[in-house]
Amino acid sequence: MFVAKSIAADHKDLIHDVSYDFHGRRMATCSSDQSVKVWDKGDDGEWRCTASWKTHSGSVWRVTWAHPEFGQVLASCSFDRTAAVWEEIVGESNDKQRGQSHWIKRTTLVDSRTSVTDVKFAPKHMGLMLTTCSADGVVRIYEAPDVMNLSQWSLQHEISCKLSCSCISWNPSSSRAHPPMIAVGSDDSNVTYSGKVQIYEYNENTRKYAKAETLMTVTDPVHDITFAPNLGRSFHVLAIATKDVRIFKLVPLRRESANSSGPTKFEVQVMAQFDSHNSQVWRVSWNITSTLLASSGDDGCVRLWKANYMDNWKCTGILRGDGSPVNGSGHAAALSAVGVPGAAQMLVGATSAGRYVTAGTRSLMPYILGILRCLFSFMTGTQHILYSGTT
Amino acid sequence: TTEKNKYVSILLAIELIWNLCEVLFIDAAPAGSLLLHLLDWVRLHKSDVDARAREVLQSDSPAHHQSYWDVVISLVLQGRVDEARQVLSKQASLRAESSSVFKRMDVLLHTMPIFNPTGTQTLTEFDVKWRHWHEECDRCLQDNTFASNRHLETICKILVGDEDTILEQKELLSTWYHFLVTRLLFTHPTIKPPDLHYYAQVHTTSPILLSLRYCYTELKLVKNKYYLLFYFNSDKFIYLFIYFFLRVFFHLLAVDYFDHCPEFGRVYLELQIERVPLDTERKAIKVLRICEDRQMSEQVRSICKIMAKRALRNNRLGSALSWSIRAKDAAFATLISERFLQDYCNKGSFTDLDLLDNLGPAMLLSDRLTFLGKYREFHRLYGENRFSEAAKLLLSLMTAKIAPRSLWMTLLTDALPLLEQKEVIFSVDQTYELMSCLEELNSGTKDSSQTDQDEDIESTKTELLRLALARNLAMAIVKEGTIET
Repeated sequence: MFVAKSIAADHKDLIHDVSYDFHGRRMATCSSDQSVKVWDKGDDGEWRCTASWKTHSGSVWRVTWAHPEFGQVLASCSFDRTAAVWEEIVGESNDKQRGQSHWIKRTTLVDSRTSVTDVKFAPKHMGLMLTTCSADGVVRIYEAPDVMNLSQWSLQHEISCKLSCSCISWNPSSSRAHPPMIAVGSDDSNVTYSGKVQIYEYNENTRKYAKAETLMTVTDPVHDITFAPNLGRSFHVLAIATKDVRIFKLVPLRRESANSSGPTKFEVQVMAQFDSHNSQVWRVSWNITSTLLASSGDDGCVRLWKANYMDNWKCTGILRGDGSPVNGSGHAAALSAVGVPGAAQMLVGATSAGRYVTAGTRSLMPYILGILRCLFSFMTGTQHILYSGTT
Repeated sequence: TTEKNKYVSILLAIELIWNLCEVLFIDAAPAGSLLLHLLDWVRLHKSDVDARAREVLQSDSPAHHQSYWDVVISLVLQGRVDEARQVLSKQASLRAESSSVFKRMDVLLHTMPIFNPTGTQTLTEFDVKWRHWHEECDRCLQDNTFASNRHLETICKILVGDEDTILEQKELLSTWYHFLVTRLLFTHPTIKPPDLHYYAQVHTTSPILLSLRYCYTELKLVKNKYYLLFYFNSDKFIYLFIYFFLRVFFHLLAVDYFDHCPEFGRVYLELQIERVPLDTERKAIKVLRICEDRQMSEQVRSICKIMAKRALRNNRLGSALSWSIRAKDAAFATLISERFLQDYCNKGSFTDLDLLDNLGPAMLLSDRLTFLGKYREFHRLYGENRFSEAAKLLLSLMTAKIAPRSLWMTLLTDALPLLEQKEVIFSVDQTYELMSCLEELNSGTKDSSQTDQDEDIESTKTELLRLALARNLAMAIVKEGTIET
């Protein structure tokens, strides 16, 4: 029931990330060709590239959008040890006619001494804050005190994780009951520190982030991590992409004494674990209402996971890397009719249209690098799944 | 029971749409058979034809029955050509002289190709055969074969898929989907589901919308009970039903639905509504209304902020200001007010006068905004020659510290024309106040970023002002000291 649409991305090398903006009408892709491209969805439903520019002097690993309250703002991070913030400026009228827009660099964050592997904006209720994580195991949290001036960012926190970091995720909850919380995933093969997911929590008293939890059962390299939307629940849900798909439930435990300092203690439960990809899982992404999780893996498939009212999770749809559905996927037929789905597939390779292209030293097996954002806009009845196909 | 009947009629309507959905989306029918399914579906829901046909055939003289032609045409519209032939044969036996035309029609109906998905014929072969038959029907029309009998002529036009003729039969069709299916039967019998969507859109004004609208208005009358419909035991049904409604009627039905969901309804709505793309101001306002009705203040603020920011980016200051006011965002309102004032300083005039003149209590959102509003009021009073009121306002802007220091020179310069008037406008006291403002301004630290040229201009202005103020003071003292005789 999924309708796959192929978009020839025209990147000259592997695409590492693709990200929807808040409303699902714009998209950004980044690549080893050191550039970022911005795509806009027209009234006819077609995606058009409205900007393409060189952003770094190394592979660009991730790209992410700020909340539209802050304007049209992107952040990117790269192997060149930097992260950058970009803002779209309203161009000349003839640019608009040609359907092009311009993005200018507002700031470069150069504190990292190693490749910056992820960049994410914090939830908007925390202000305009940007977070990066690096291969040297440091998570940095920056803030722009004046939201109208994107060129001034100050480094507010540096968290040393002791393990090479690969991904970060903020808990989106804006409830006062939940202090700011960030999850950090590591792809380090170090066996001394076996827990590859760490949760840090902000402490109002010390004004610092302190480690609240390490998920010791996650011992394999973690490629992606994402908190589910909170929905006003007391507990938190975290999805992890590692050698399989894992969903954890973190239940805050009541503090023993009223004025006990230190981070919240959690009861950690495994809600689900799926090895259906039968290979490394690279990305996980929740829909807006945290009812659906999408994952992508080295088996070249995108899978959708849904829980019933009794919290039993199961697969509700499978898509191949080329966009074709997989037969015999159980409830796929029924539930994938929830929306008119649009799965956009980004193809790598400047010349070949519609085929996977081998690049660099990667293996010949097609593998999907990311789902990126699954933005299921329920009101329009559409499910958008983005993933980039690369080999 | 009337409520029950209403309930039943709604259920029937829903069943109808459900069947359509099933045909369109669920059943992975083999190629070419979509239309057959649709025909079945139409026949299922338009069963009155059979009753009428029976009535006609069982009458003494079927060919003279008043519903005779209606029945024949109805049968043709439903693609039931063999039955139509059967009824037509009653007519043919009567009129010997026109039997040849009836025979001709009989042949046309008899030879109409109907695709058999289980047969050996491929779609391509069928298509060729169908086109051939279609051309034959068309030839009959061109040759005026059926000119002698308008009913047969009508039927022939239907067979070639003539839109106007089919539309003329709307009494017999009675629904948009019947019209659609009939038209497809006689123009594109091999249609596939994706094309159907296009046709549905093109041929009627949002037909699905119309029927859903009907459902919705009916449902609203039955009030809360209709949520029971969502708990049918078929997962498929629920999802497709919701899909259609949400797709088309989010702002009507989905919002209501979320309102009634006990546990997560509100949260779901909050999360969904902030993601609605705010393509136009009109859409934003619509979404805002939903939020305001439910006191979703954070979503209201967020949407207004997004719109304000967008307007500012596009240099539409008036729009940006309205949205900031609606968002109750004092900081942003201050920023935009500053921009307005900058523009005024650069261009010498205000934009968006309508907005500025009608701020009302919203002016109090931020100090800068208050100043902007009052400053504009000063200009308005001056323009209306209400000089003493304008003077009083101007002075109060400085003395009440509403005006930022950076703009005092501008305000004092604005006072010049008032000071130069023939008659005395500023009183002695007011003049003294203006003088002290000027001195306060000059006693402040020099702006180091000023160029020599700027400094010269500043000191020239100051001299001019001092002179004007002194002259005014003199005149004012004289005026106030004079006893009126």
